Amino acid sequence: MELLLDSLFNGVAIGSVLLVAALGLAIVFGLMGVINLAHGELMMLGAYTTYVTQLIFKLPILKPFYNSYIIVSIFLAFIVSGVVGILLEKTIIRKLYGSPLETLLATWGVSLILQQFVRSVPLAYGTGLVISLLIGLFLPTTFPSKIKESINFKYFKFSSWIFAALTGVLTGSVISSSVSKLSRASARNVDVTAPSWMRGQVEIIGTAFPKTRLMIIVITLISVIAITLFLNQSAWGMRIRAVTQNRQMSDCLGISTEKVDIITFGIGSGLAGVAGVAVSLLGSVGPNVGGNYIVGCFMVVVLGGVGNLLGTVLASFGIGIMTDLIGAGRLLSIWPDMPLPLSNTINFFATTSMARVMIFALIVIFLQFKPTGLFPQKGRMVEN
Amino acid sequence: MSLSKIKFDKKIVLSFWIILIALIIAAPTLLPVFRLNLLGRYLSLSIVALGVDLIWGYTGLLSLGQGIFFALGGYCAAMYLQITSSSEFPNNIPEFFALYGVEKLPFFWEPFRSPVFTFFAIWIIPALVAGLIGFLVFRNRIKGVYFSILTQASLLVFFNFFNGQQKLINGTNGLKTDVTQLFGQMVGSESMQRLFFWITAFLVIAAWFFAKWVVKGRFGNILIGIRDDEPRVRFTGYNPVMFKTIIFSIAGGLAGISGALYTIQSGIVSPQFMTVPFSIEMVIWVAVGGRGTLLGAILGAVFINYAKSLVSEALPASWMFIQGGLFILVVTALPEGVLGWIQGDGPRNLLQRFGLKRKIETYPSLEVNNKEGNNE
Repeated sequence: MELLLDSLFNGVAIGSVLLVAALGLAIVFGLMGVINLAHGELMMLGAYTTYVTQLIFKLPILKPFYNSYIIVSIFLAFIVSGVVGILLEKTIIRKLYGSPLETLLATWGVSLILQQFVRSVPLAYGTGLVISLLIGLFLPTTFPSKIKESINFKYFKFSSWIFAALTGVLTGSVISSSVSKLSRASARNVDVTAPSWMRGQVEIIGTAFPKTRLMIIVITLISVIAITLFLNQSAWGMRIRAVTQNRQMSDCLGISTEKVDIITFGIGSGLAGVAGVAVSLLGSVGPNVGGNYIVGCFMVVVLGGVGNLLGTVLASFGIGIMTDLIGAGRLLSIWPDMPLPLSNTINFFATTSMARVMIFALIVIFLQFKPTGLFPQKGRMVEN
Repeated sequence: MSLSKIKFDKKIVLSFWIILIALIIAAPTLLPVFRLNLLGRYLSLSIVALGVDLIWGYTGLLSLGQGIFFALGGYCAAMYLQITSSSEFPNNIPEFFALYGVEKLPFFWEPFRSPVFTFFAIWIIPALVAGLIGFLVFRNRIKGVYFSILTQASLLVFFNFFNGQQKLINGTNGLKTDVTQLFGQMVGSESMQRLFFWITAFLVIAAWFFAKWVVKGRFGNILIGIRDDEPRVRFTGYNPVMFKTIIFSIAGGLAGISGALYTIQSGIVSPQFMTVPFSIEMVIWVAVGGRGTLLGAILGAVFINYAKSLVSEALPASWMFIQGGLFILVVTALPEGVLGWIQGDGPRNLLQRFGLKRKIETYPSLEVNNKEGNNE
């Protein structure tokens, strides 16, 4: 019983990382049919945001609030990755709607650039750049509509970008002069240390659970609930669902699909940032951290089916629990005296990498029976 | 008038080929050993690029897992070399087995004692694996990005598998070939490398003709049909699954040959050949060269890799930026690739833009018509 609980918890922990990482991908893919290969790098940005936030909270002014940095960094990571995602959508992805394979290649290019950017630009100035992007993109939208409609609006826009650039440079240099660790570029991995209240373990029904894992499960839970509420209760959520179901018809009915695309992509990218916070709690953070998770996320999306959050949830927990069952060889400990050839096979697959091999084989077998995932979209269209 | 429609005089074509062959034969004397070796490697990569062009450029299947077949070919060749030159090691098996306490050659490596078997294995095994993966995927009408993701996932699976199996294939260390013997000579030696260069160069030409033959005629037309409108091909009475499986395994076989040639020239095969970035790079060679042009794939593979080595020698950090920029640029600004641009209306449009050539006035205008024709 205890063993089963342990296994279940581990599976749920693995699955919840996958889920929070795949959630954004699933929403974006469901809406636009776009596979965002830079999703892993947006996660990486989120992880680095956690690291930067942590260092900034070590400054004397913010020292008393140090323990709450992880909560703050969740919001910051959402904003940082969201802003980068919106920029990505506005500059590149928008031009490529209707050709998913091209989008896939272009986002791969973006991911390469982001990786190298983190390696060769000091994090302090990276932060400054993100801040200036944030201001430049959002300041013009806060102007009263009187200014927006005037002919001189482009001058206002232009001057707000200048203001944004100045603020960015200023914050960049302030951060780099006050936190020495951020002032130099480095390709080395960095470590995020959890605040004291998150270290150690909690005991539930005689089994010890590490607190960081619990925290990740909580983050995932909150993200899933928040996104479900947003999609089902808010006006924009309804528009997003409408566009997901039928883009042309929604366009005809007066929904601005352009805005829907931006919002969806921003939220999807922001969720990647939140996933980055979760990932940074699990291990060290490096430029390649996103690549470790991205294929798992794709598997979740493929298995779960398009445009259905329940499918994504079930698929990620399914994969998580299976990974734990196979990777840790749990079946052997549950059923110790199984016949020899079977136990040899299970031992052969009882490593993390071999478990992946097995899981993929299982997914391919599953797709033989249900090619469009757990919850396919119903319709009578010939595919395309 | 586009370039592809220009009929060259037979004499010009003949003299072009003579010059090309003379250049290939003379290359070892013209280039220093290091550069020759690099050129040989890049030429072998252009064979896998040809395969990518066949499946992506002609059939519309974007595979991100060609590294699997590339590495399989490489492993076949490397294992044969290791086994044939293992006579001085204990138990007559390659040296690395002793490190893991393996005393007998694993049964599936036994056939690799024979050179004839290896010769066929290098391309048949990757082709069979590709055919199997392809059939399982295509049978369910999985396509588009789903196909790309699945190939990428299978790439990762193969990587994990090969990386973890020390006892069978030396795991993450890979198999070295440059100190092995072939026909009584060291594989890494200069004379052997020269031979490999010639073999590679001629195989590239052979593969090019083969690919041209594949896409010629009805078979090629159906491939293009699948790319442009698969349901229509199906409703016309063809079975796209079969055609896709065949072309995917052809590309797999080409990747295997390419991997074997690359391995013997670079001196090692390792699971690094199966990393995700390497397989996506193969796509970008074709994309830059021009998909659906075959020649573009070859040129793209050679030139981009040459540029990569030159840039990496000068400014190591900047290559990632350049490569990333290339990906973005080629899909947004130059979707047909360089060769496709030249063969298409690119130069004429450029001349028109600078007012050097008169615009052709038509009603409705050509651009509108073209767009309608290519509607997805």
